[in-house]
Amino acid sequence: MRAIHRKLLRDLWQIKGQVFAIAAVIGVGVAMFVAYLSTFDSLSGTQRAYYERYRFGDVFASLKRAPDSLQARLAEIPGVAQVEARVVAEVTLDVEGMTEPVTGRLVSVPERKTAILNDLSMIEGRYIEPGRGNEVVVTEGFALAHGLGPGDSVSAVINGRSRDLEIVGVALSPEFIYTIRPGALMPDDARFGVFWMSRKALANAFDMEGGFNDVVLRLQPGASEAEIIARTDDLLKKYGGLGAMSRDFQISNWYLSSELKQLKGFGTVVPFIFLGVAAFLLNVVLTRIVSVQREQIAALKALGYSNLEVGWHYSLWSLLVAGSGGVVGAMMGRNMGQGMLNMYNGYFRFPFLEYRLAPDVVLGALGISLLAAIVGASQAVRGAVKLPPAEAMRPEPPARYRKTLVERLGTEKWFSQPARMVLRNLERQPLRALASIIGISCSGGLLVIGLFFLDSIEVLLDVQFNIAQRQDITLTFVEPRSSGALFEVSRLPGVVSAEPARSVPVRLRAGHLSRQTAVTGLVNDPRLQRVVSSDYQPVELPPEGVLMTRKLAEILGLQQGSVLTVEVLEGARPVKEAVVADLVDEFMGTAVYMDMDALHRWMREGSNLSGAYLQVDSYHADALYAHLKSLPSVAGVALKSAAIDAFNNQMDEMMGVFIFFNILFASIITIGVVYNAARISLSERSRELASLRVLGFTRGEISSILLGELALITLVAIPLGLMVGYGFAALMVTAFDTELYRFPLVVSSRTFGVSALVVALAATFSGLVVRRRLDHLDLVEVLKTRE
Amino acid sequence: MIEVEAARQGTVAEGAVFIARGITKIYDMGEVQVHALRGVDLELDGGELTVLLGPSGSGKSTLLNILGGLDVPTAGQVFYRGGELTAADEKGLTRYRRHHVGFVFQFYNLIPSLTARENVALVTEISPDPLSPEEALDLVGLGDRMDHFPAQLSGGQQQRVAIARAVAKQPDVLLCDEPTGALDIETGVLVLEAIERVNREMGTTTAVITHNAAIAEMADRVVYLADGRIARVVNNDSKKDPRELRW
Ligand SMILES: Nc1ncnc2c1ncn2[C@@H]1O[C@H](COP(=O)(O)OP(=O)(O)OP(=O)(O)O)[C@@H](O)[C@H]1O
Ligand SMILES: [Mg+2]
Repeated sequence: MRAIHRKLLRDLWQIKGQVFAIAAVIGVGVAMFVAYLSTFDSLSGTQRAYYERYRFGDVFASLKRAPDSLQARLAEIPGVAQVEARVVAEVTLDVEGMTEPVTGRLVSVPERKTAILNDLSMIEGRYIEPGRGNEVVVTEGFALAHGLGPGDSVSAVINGRSRDLEIVGVALSPEFIYTIRPGALMPDDARFGVFWMSRKALANAFDMEGGFNDVVLRLQPGASEAEIIARTDDLLKKYGGLGAMSRDFQISNWYLSSELKQLKGFGTVVPFIFLGVAAFLLNVVLTRIVSVQREQIAALKALGYSNLEVGWHYSLWSLLVAGSGGVVGAMMGRNMGQGMLNMYNGYFRFPFLEYRLAPDVVLGALGISLLAAIVGASQAVRGAVKLPPAEAMRPEPPARYRKTLVERLGTEKWFSQPARMVLRNLERQPLRALASIIGISCSGGLLVIGLFFLDSIEVLLDVQFNIAQRQDITLTFVEPRSSGALFEVSRLPGVVSAEPARSVPVRLRAGHLSRQTAVTGLVNDPRLQRVVSSDYQPVELPPEGVLMTRKLAEILGLQQGSVLTVEVLEGARPVKEAVVADLVDEFMGTAVYMDMDALHRWMREGSNLSGAYLQVDSYHADALYAHLKSLPSVAGVALKSAAIDAFNNQMDEMMGVFIFFNILFASIITIGVVYNAARISLSERSRELASLRVLGFTRGEISSILLGELALITLVAIPLGLMVGYGFAALMVTAFDTELYRFPLVVSSRTFGVSALVVALAATFSGLVVRRRLDHLDLVEVLKTRE
Repeated sequence: MIEVEAARQGTVAEGAVFIARGITKIYDMGEVQVHALRGVDLELDGGELTVLLGPSGSGKSTLLNILGGLDVPTAGQVFYRGGELTAADEKGLTRYRRHHVGFVFQFYNLIPSLTARENVALVTEISPDPLSPEEALDLVGLGDRMDHFPAQLSGGQQQRVAIARAVAKQPDVLLCDEPTGALDIETGVLVLEAIERVNREMGTTTAVITHNAAIAEMADRVVYLADGRIARVVNNDSKKDPRELRW
């Protein structure tokens, strides 16, 4: 090995602690980059392949009932490649071991397996056999949640009659990668399952012979989706069409795509915080090294090493640190990515999901570590290159100190001698102190965003379930029913109070923008289902006009006072103009509310209801569940407790890991910044401090000079970090501001406190390490060496 | 530096190795200008050992740095074997230092993270026709300290490593800035012996800066500097062996 390279390695070894700290910060940044982007790649690659191989539909539409003959007419629409007409129905299930009712979605499939759209991939067992109407294939999630498999059965209430569904197979479908029930916060495999059943049997059970109520289209490449949707709507209108929609709004695909978008966003933003801090650390450390090695640089140049060689020598320093951090980070990122993918595998179900680390992600990772190295090294390397060899022969002139601002203001009597030294040093290197402060603030900020999600979710759940939806159970009827149904329901055992629910599917139009959603009618002064304003107070419903989720208004380009067109997709399908009376901030989905009576008038109906909100005496809950399971008019039962459980389960799992890594990574940054700042101060001032020791100062006194500086920097950085964190949290909330869900921006004092504490602990740890060095300061050695 | 390369082939083999004409060096310090050199004319002959003497601040180091291609004068010309150093660019100066000059610094300037052998190797690795590090260290009597780090060597030993490092490339000129400045007599003598030996055995044109008038007795020629000018030049016909020097 060449002597100059040996010098490099020994120099690195000399300050291995600092080198390690910087490499760790880079490693973390690169690991996150690799983990997020490789997970993104793996998921989106799998998604694409899965959709292609199993013919995921392009356009989805539900309707009331259309004759089979319409299928041919749909197929004639130019650009349509394949049409899949189906019968889809929701039923209440009675599953062994569950007192609560479970909702099942039955989806028809041909009796003989053909290449249908949204095709099944069998995981276990077999496809249904012709002529056996009770045979079903079930989703894997549901089967796993209940330990069901081929040979088991569940009982369903179908059209008023209880029927045993015999499970013959377990399967997955691209339509249900994310098996969430519409309107739910989180998937709940125990309480929602999909069953594929013979078209003939299903049609039979739901009076759908010779007809269908759901259709999926696959388009030819290059076909105009908008046009096909419009023509499909035209055809389905007569048959109670609920509005065709692009796969973009198909719930499973929507969630998956939204998750993918976030992964990619995270992967391209978060790592740069780390790499920015790393570049700063490289800059500080390398600048210091070049200044310490002034005379060595001069000697190298005098001995005939060119500027290029000297510059390369110090660049290599930075490249080695960044490169090793980058390589280890990439390997860590690979493991993290695999772990993330495994975690995703629990929420998104694919028949095949292989971790893929694309070469361009690896190259990107190396590229960004290189970038950090170059940015971090450039200033110091330029200094080394520019250093005139003759100049460097002579020692650096003593640093120019001056009295600090506080002293010039005449306030010095408030400060002790060591305190003055601290202040002078900070004032002499204001930029570096500032950069340290920014670095530490970033780590504080990272901690805040890691923890703030807990606060946000706490508020979200509280608002959602204690202020807005105070009912214990939300019932959905198979068909809207007359007002008598409410009385019936309220007489069920355990029901304390009941409120009618009425919602109709609509398409909203504003100019050329449109969205499909539902309008929900609310009774005057509701006690259960309420709408909540941005200050989390229940909103009073305006007698005229509609209330709308702010996000929906944004999407449709509407404001308070704007007028929009509401096309009702049920009954006589009235088309109405409505004024946006007010906007509300809700966290889940998008919704439109209006006065219940006004909605009845629109629909020209009596006090019909499409469901009911129930408050239940938990003591009688089991009896109520037993009744609900057998009620033919009930299509779905949503339990608040179950929703909260499902939410907490998923959050616990994800958040635990997320928070652990966040604290770990933020601590690495803090330690990296504080430790390096301390080591550099120590290196710059060890002569001064040793001289003070010789003059009789104690160890404690000289450490207080050095550590006082760090303490001051940390103290300034902590509140700043909390503010940065609040800013980060606001950015996060914006990043998560989607049509599917949103998070409230709340940061609790607990989050601030814990973040401040972790930063303080990391700083203290670094301080103690430096303090140990200070205690072992070799007075003779330090004073002997020239700098 | 084409001229310098040509010179190496031996076109101007005999006579003056260095010719300096009217070199001036002014440091601009903002409010004040420091005149480090005020028009120096000087010739150094091949194989000669020259000692530069003068009070502190008289411009000795400045002159030596300019001759060694570490610095450029504000005005004036310097020729090395007929090639004009003052016309060379940064690259040319680097090549000149790399191939022709051996430097010994007052404060040794060894690389602390490299052993004696490695410090010498630093130079031999970039020279076209070097001694081996071992040979060079033997030459200065440090054959048994090759694997010591600078911190494990005394001042005199460090300075001898520096000399070994300077001569290992078999330079045409050896420039030493106060090589004994920080040493006691005995070690100083050892260092001077090493320099003298290189000058004698390898025929290296040598210039040594010192404060110490006694050292002048080992020189072929003594150049006295004062206040940035050459005060006088004395040819020394009775060169002494460094061992005979006393101060
Ligand atoms: N980089 C510089 N900037 C400003 N002034 C300088 C610089 N280098 C040298 N000088 C000044 O030039 C003059 C000559 O300096 P030089 O180092 O050549 O003296 P010297 O004879 O080597 O002194 P010494 O015996 O103390 O080493 C001195 O007055 C010095 O202060
Ligand atoms: Mg000098």
